[in-house]
Amino acid sequence: MNKDMSNKYIIKGATGDWEIVVGLEIHAQVTSNAKLFSGASTEFGSEPNSNVSLVDAAFPGMLPVINGECVRQAVRTGLALGAEINKFSRFDRKNYFYADLPQGYQISQFAHPIVGEGEVVVELEGGITKTIGIERLHLEQDAGKSIHDQHPSFTLVDLNRSGVALMEIVSKPDMRSPEEAGAYLRKIRTLLRYIGSCDGNMEQGSMRADVNVSVRRSGEPFGTRCEIKNVNSVRFVMQAIDYEARRQVDILEDGGTIDQETRLFDPGKGETRSMRSKEEAHDYRYFPDPDLLPLEFDDAFIDEARESLPELPDAKLARFVGEWGLPAYNAATLVGEKESALWFEDLMGHLVKQTGKPAEAIASRASNWMLSDLFGHLNKVGKSLTDSPVSAEQGAKLLALVLDDTISGSAAKDVLDDMIETGRDPAVIVEEKGLKQVSDTGALEAMVDKIMEANPAQVAQFREGKTKVLGFFVGQVMKESRGQANPAVVNKILAEKLKG
Amino acid sequence: MSVDKATVKRIANLARFRIEDERLEPLAGELNNILDWIEQLSQVDTDGVKPMTSVVDHALHWRADEVTDGGKRDAILSNAPASEFGFFAVPKVIE
Amino acid sequence: MTDLTDLTIAEARDKLAAREISARDLTKAAIDAMEGARALNAFVTETPDRALAMADEADKRLASGDAQPMTGIPVAVKDLFCTKDVRTTAGSHMLEPFTPPYESTVTANLWANGAVMIGKANMDEFAMGSSNESSYFGAVKNPWRLGDTDLVPGGSSGGSVAAIAARIAQGATGSDTGGSIRQPAAFTGTVGLKPTYGRCSRYGMVAFASSLDQAGPLTRTVRDSAIMLGAMAGYDAKDSTSVDTPIPDYEKALTGDIRGLKIGIPKEYHSDDTPKEIEALWQQGKEWLREAGAEIVDISLPHTRFALPTYYIVAPAEASSNLARYDGVRYGHRATLEKGDDLNEMYEATRAEGFGAEVIRRIMIGTYVLSAGYYDAYYLKAQKLRTLIADDFHKAYEKVDVILTPTTPNPAFAVGAKLDPIAMYYNDVFTVPASLAGLPGISVPAGLSSDGLPLGLQILGRAFDEETVLKVADVMEQAAGFTARPGVWWK
Repeated sequence: MNKDMSNKYIIKGATGDWEIVVGLEIHAQVTSNAKLFSGASTEFGSEPNSNVSLVDAAFPGMLPVINGECVRQAVRTGLALGAEINKFSRFDRKNYFYADLPQGYQISQFAHPIVGEGEVVVELEGGITKTIGIERLHLEQDAGKSIHDQHPSFTLVDLNRSGVALMEIVSKPDMRSPEEAGAYLRKIRTLLRYIGSCDGNMEQGSMRADVNVSVRRSGEPFGTRCEIKNVNSVRFVMQAIDYEARRQVDILEDGGTIDQETRLFDPGKGETRSMRSKEEAHDYRYFPDPDLLPLEFDDAFIDEARESLPELPDAKLARFVGEWGLPAYNAATLVGEKESALWFEDLMGHLVKQTGKPAEAIASRASNWMLSDLFGHLNKVGKSLTDSPVSAEQGAKLLALVLDDTISGSAAKDVLDDMIETGRDPAVIVEEKGLKQVSDTGALEAMVDKIMEANPAQVAQFREGKTKVLGFFVGQVMKESRGQANPAVVNKILAEKLKG
Repeated sequence: MSVDKATVKRIANLARFRIEDERLEPLAGELNNILDWIEQLSQVDTDGVKPMTSVVDHALHWRADEVTDGGKRDAILSNAPASEFGFFAVPKVIE
Repeated sequence: MTDLTDLTIAEARDKLAAREISARDLTKAAIDAMEGARALNAFVTETPDRALAMADEADKRLASGDAQPMTGIPVAVKDLFCTKDVRTTAGSHMLEPFTPPYESTVTANLWANGAVMIGKANMDEFAMGSSNESSYFGAVKNPWRLGDTDLVPGGSSGGSVAAIAARIAQGATGSDTGGSIRQPAAFTGTVGLKPTYGRCSRYGMVAFASSLDQAGPLTRTVRDSAIMLGAMAGYDAKDSTSVDTPIPDYEKALTGDIRGLKIGIPKEYHSDDTPKEIEALWQQGKEWLREAGAEIVDISLPHTRFALPTYYIVAPAEASSNLARYDGVRYGHRATLEKGDDLNEMYEATRAEGFGAEVIRRIMIGTYVLSAGYYDAYYLKAQKLRTLIADDFHKAYEKVDVILTPTTPNPAFAVGAKLDPIAMYYNDVFTVPASLAGLPGISVPAGLSSDGLPLGLQILGRAFDEETVLKVADVMEQAAGFTARPGVWWK
């Protein structure tokens, strides 16, 4: 439905314009109880080496046995990425030495990944969308953790993470700006959270990205790329790309060349720097793991995985806009997080029931309330939807009171404040504080008559064309009604009566 | 294909062996003898032959997603040449 | 009373069941024999106390009528099967200080069956060798000698076969990657069975080459082999390459009736380099089987001569990766470091010190054939050859039931005689093809060389058809009537 468009991002160099090319390799920890090839727990934050089996520590004669749930989650993720699912895949060994890599190799999928090509659509500023290609997704083992600063003479090794299942999601080099890369990373995180294959928690390291960056003159072939390893937030990914691209442009404009290398991003300085490169180039000697057999499954398994998928964000967005008439911005914001989309749907369910009105008649209003009022008030007290004291049902009750003119919009804000503070029902608060608005035309007409009688000078001013005094009359009515008059009704009566 | 001293050094580095310089030459000779001998495979036409990765011709058996292991730190560390505070300890890595 | 150590497993089982002998007495006899045969260097670790405790348990089981075929039978365990709380070295300095906190599935199966472990048998380092001279714990001597000359027992299961041939243990576990059960069995006049790949679990067995390694029994008779395999084999969910097929009663397969069975004789196993007496023994084997009613069929396994070089790509490649875990971090040897040595220096010193020359050579070869630019020419090529070699067997088994070949191209040789690695590799020329195809094979002692040394014949079978292999081996064993024993010089 959306045409691919791009907000052109150009680096202005001294010698002309440069375009940047970005590809991402996202490592996402698979949500599972046990590790990819052992029965040890994947729990985060345990005592060192407590979630470690003999397999994870690579004791002699220990063998890997695959966790079926990790296979299922990889297939579900592949389906969510609209990607080709490979019914035959295989595990390879990637050989290298490191203290936190007990086997001396990582079991990964090199030649035959479980998921092939796919694509995702990302939303950019100004309602523009762009399609980013997925190259592949494969399963692999995570390594352990080396801690260098806890002991004067030793590096300490904790193998709790060793063998935890990761999905590596490799994009095509389709991104042309930090913004696109950020939007892509956010989109992948959203998708993974929707389907529950990864918790997307970048702070705990359950999701991180290797960022490939190169620059080129528009229309020229790809330049030499640098890989920035293990970047662990959307903001850092964007900063790293920006810094790295400018660094490369500076080198090229000075007549230099880019070394293909691995770099680290230093969030403190906002810079990338070369990893102390060994004179030896990596040679991972991939070969099929002889301890494992090919990974195979049938169409029924894929169908089952597909049926287990919830409605995905793109479909939800289309429904919010198309069926419920939400403004595109509101819809996109709401579906951006699984929690907010589900909360909103819950809210709408209650609201339709309580008001008896069709969803499309009230959805826009409800989305505005949720995005500005609810989020604003929660924000003020440092809370979010997940720990909101106001349930979707209570929110609907409050909105229903506004929609049937029982209370005014401004009174609703006060009620919401109270609800957030006390968790009480809105009806109780409205009753206790006497916030019901007066919409009874007869009572308000009498009130208006009385005020016009008491203020003949202002009536005359209005009739001479000084319509600004209308505000004075509204104020008087509100004062007289102790704020409970329905301003819309008051305006209507005043307009008629003042004309004479 | 013949390996020279530099190649032996590179391979030893990949395999993490400290090999004294005077051993490089003799080792290159030993490896070349073996490589020359296995070179005879190039006589066989293997175009279109499927490489065999396992003689077992069934697919992988899957495990249920249950925590059945772990919680044995003492056993895991019992053979460690050096350990500190429940961690394995290795010479300091300078990043 | 006959010497208890002379009993076969079958005989001992029957006497134990009849309560004519006790497991404790049988075990004590084995321990005495082990302690009296230290000159052979067959054991890296002796476990007499544990053996006696296990024997007492066995006697309880026997008394309660809960005995299994191996209950109370003393066995030697090749030192690459991890045994809980008993040092397991794989014949290497690297694992000299290693005591596993776990038990291999094969040995666990044996203990569940009631077998008694008397000790851990010496072996070529990480099972890489055909003479048992690469062990860090010293060469094993063959109980058979040529005059005063010490001979090798073959390898890599050299300690295991020496323990059987010297009448120490009734049975021993071995492992066969390219011939490490069959070749030493042939060198020592014992029976060695390599089952189909996937028949015995590899869990807890120190890996050499994962796609080839397979555990099997070493015994004095084919019947014992059948009994012991039954106690070792079985599907294991902890080994992804283990195959879930039922374990038949192998002993029942020994019917003595091979009438109508087709025996393949592969023409490619003839070679001008093979000594005449081995060719003659092979002919003799053919005759024995023909006389027993089998049909002899000439077959061709055209890629045979490429098996050995194929093996010397595949096995070292896998080994280079399997042995990367020996890095001095979590277990085993760690080099003493100089002040300021970093992680990399620790790795390089540890691995250079911890591994012997043959292991380093094979890891170097394996690393090279997997390295960038050489993978296709060597490793991929070898994998394709492996397909061709396996196809040769599949085609042959459309025509025949088993294949008869010599086990080795020569009898046992003198300690220190073969210094050239490739000459050493040729010991496995007849055993390696079936290893690459994952097929079962057995070596049966069939005669003596002109020097009076044992020679073996090999019977290969279809995948998971150990029953037919054992049946034919049993018939050949009866026909050969091999009764020769080495003179006891080691006491």
